[in-house]
Amino acid sequence: MTVMIEIILSVLVIVGIAAFFGLILGYASVRFKVEGDPITDKIDSLLPQTQCGQCSYAGCRPYAEAIAKGESGINQCPPGGEATILALADLLGIEPEPLNEELTEASDVPSVAVIIEDECIGCTLCIQACPVDAIVGSAKHMHTVIASECTGCVLCLPPCPVDCIVMEPIKTTPSNWKHPEPYSALHNIAVKIETKEGVQA
Amino acid sequence: MKSERKIWTFHGGVHPEFNKEQSTTCPISTVKLPKRLIIPVQQHIGAPTEVLVASGEQVFKGQLIAKMADGQLGASIHAPSSGIIGKIEKQAIPHPSALDALCIELMLDGKDNWGDCQLPPYIDFAQIDNERLLKRIDEAGLVGLGGAAFPSYVKVSSSTKHQIETLVINGAECEPYISCDDLLMRERADEIVTGIRILLQLLKPQQCLVGIEDNKPEAISAMQRATESLDKVHICAIPTLYPSGGEKQLIKILTGKEVPAGDIPLDLDILCHNIATTYALYKAVVKGEPLISRVLTITGDGVKQPQNMEALIGTPISDLIEQAGGYTANAQRLIMGGPMMGIPLKNDNNPMVKASNCFLVASVTSLQQAHSIHASQPQMPCIRCGQCMQVCPAELLPQQLYWHTQAKDFERVTAHNLNSCIECGCCDFVCPSHIPLVSYFRFAKSEIHVQEVALKKSDLSRKRHEFLEFRKAREKQEREEKRRKHKEALQKKKAAMAAKKKVAGEKVEDDPKAAAIKAALARTKAKKAERARKIEH
Repeated sequence: MTVMIEIILSVLVIVGIAAFFGLILGYASVRFKVEGDPITDKIDSLLPQTQCGQCSYAGCRPYAEAIAKGESGINQCPPGGEATILALADLLGIEPEPLNEELTEASDVPSVAVIIEDECIGCTLCIQACPVDAIVGSAKHMHTVIASECTGCVLCLPPCPVDCIVMEPIKTTPSNWKHPEPYSALHNIAVKIETKEGVQA
Repeated sequence: MKSERKIWTFHGGVHPEFNKEQSTTCPISTVKLPKRLIIPVQQHIGAPTEVLVASGEQVFKGQLIAKMADGQLGASIHAPSSGIIGKIEKQAIPHPSALDALCIELMLDGKDNWGDCQLPPYIDFAQIDNERLLKRIDEAGLVGLGGAAFPSYVKVSSSTKHQIETLVINGAECEPYISCDDLLMRERADEIVTGIRILLQLLKPQQCLVGIEDNKPEAISAMQRATESLDKVHICAIPTLYPSGGEKQLIKILTGKEVPAGDIPLDLDILCHNIATTYALYKAVVKGEPLISRVLTITGDGVKQPQNMEALIGTPISDLIEQAGGYTANAQRLIMGGPMMGIPLKNDNNPMVKASNCFLVASVTSLQQAHSIHASQPQMPCIRCGQCMQVCPAELLPQQLYWHTQAKDFERVTAHNLNSCIECGCCDFVCPSHIPLVSYFRFAKSEIHVQEVALKKSDLSRKRHEFLEFRKAREKQEREEKRRKHKEALQKKKAAMAAKKKVAGEKVEDDPKAAAIKAALARTKAKKAERARKIEH
């Protein structure tokens, strides 16, 4: 009899504890609900936000979502290049891989789109193509690019019917000049190979 | 006689060969008017100024030729002498990048004519209210003349909102070879003290401490004589140690307070100004002269007569060298600033700017003897001796910073407080492996800056893209809404018509319009039948 009571009592205690923690967890899941997917946000913050669509997604955010779901690799972003791949690998705890060979690597020099204003016919096609609203103008009026907001994604180039948009590299001025890496003699030690004939540099 | 004040020490520091005696033998000379001046439109921290003059225009001495756009950080630029504006184009400026920047060329007429461009002198400045004094600092285009060229108006006007406890006047001049502040204090102590009095009037600090290194006894006694009547002002002789003239270092020496990393002295209610800046302030207020000239040192074993001279802003370096007797056979390197922190220049057609306190012309051997960062000796591997750490006045770990910079691990570099590095060059000075540490740190700083700019831009792009999507969705919704409303209206109309029909019932027949349509329809039917019949026949 006492054994039965003990068993029932212990079961009741366990059930009670379970119910108690269940309530706490249930409350916490409502109270501390996380809106959206935090990992997507983290991935998105590492992407360069050029919104160029070279990754085959409609922008950086959709690509971030695809990475978070595991639908896409981390090596599909040419503007981000190696730095982004390494940062993503670090974040997700996976091995970095080289950039997808089918994609062309972005040049090191950042560039912005410039509209040759004499040739622009005001068709608004580039305005519709720009992913960051960096082109201003209206129908049958000349358009122009807001250089400070252009991401250099080149999406405005193909729709232009008169080919009046060109990509121009950003000029180096004293204010945006980068201090070069110091010349280090250690990196430039000439390798000497000794052969039977003598020493070759 | 005022009592001796307690002074403190800062961490690290080095004792390079100071080499100041070469340029302190003769008094400050005045450079004879050059034929032309080259005036860069940006000579300060902040944005470039807007040019107000055109090529071919006649300008007077002191005339405003370039001013700041509203709300931008910077300082106005005035014509240093009278003459005709030449080309306004990109020219070489003294900048580490050795890139060209927009400059105004001024062909001098030799008359040095003020016209009516002199600002009204406030000889009795005690009668002038703070607002007008601040306006004068802004109008005169004053910048900090210690080297950083931060616009003085911004610095002083933001300080007037605080209750400043200590005003620190920096007369330490710790960098080797440079002696322009020393000579200025020896010869023009009264004018400097007038500048200090203007600052006292503006800021009402509890005390003013003037820090002067004890290797300038003549300057110390001259300043002591000039400040005898001022109770608040104390002249403090501080031990000669490089870099005691660093802002945070001098504040530590004089007040014992440490300015935290990332903070400015104002956060501790301290304001620091350079001796040369207070002299320029005196000129601007009492004489009505904008910042168009300064005293600077031309020295080194590469010039015949090293000396200090007062020259107009924009004077080409070659004219300054000529004033100093020309080059000697040892002239191998040209540096703006001193051997520890200066900027190497490619040639002497660069102009002097507001921030130029010294041009050092030296031989490679003398720079090597001075352990200068410009000595360019072959670099050897880091042996982790830790000497750099012992001398770092910012208490950083230069060897760690160097290690992570080499690995381009800028996150770690930032975590090791690279931002606190003042680029004084003490670590270079002691490094037995001749590693150009400061160059590495400058490289890391600019890389980090580029990353920050890119991050800001990507945030902006993200926002713009999100807004674009939002805008597209909104437009779509609006279109659908419109369509729906249109449809609804149409349906309503139809329903109303039907209802009307129902209510009207047979009356519809009586409707003249409907009857007319019916008649017309009947007529066409008849016509069609007629035509069909004709075709059959």
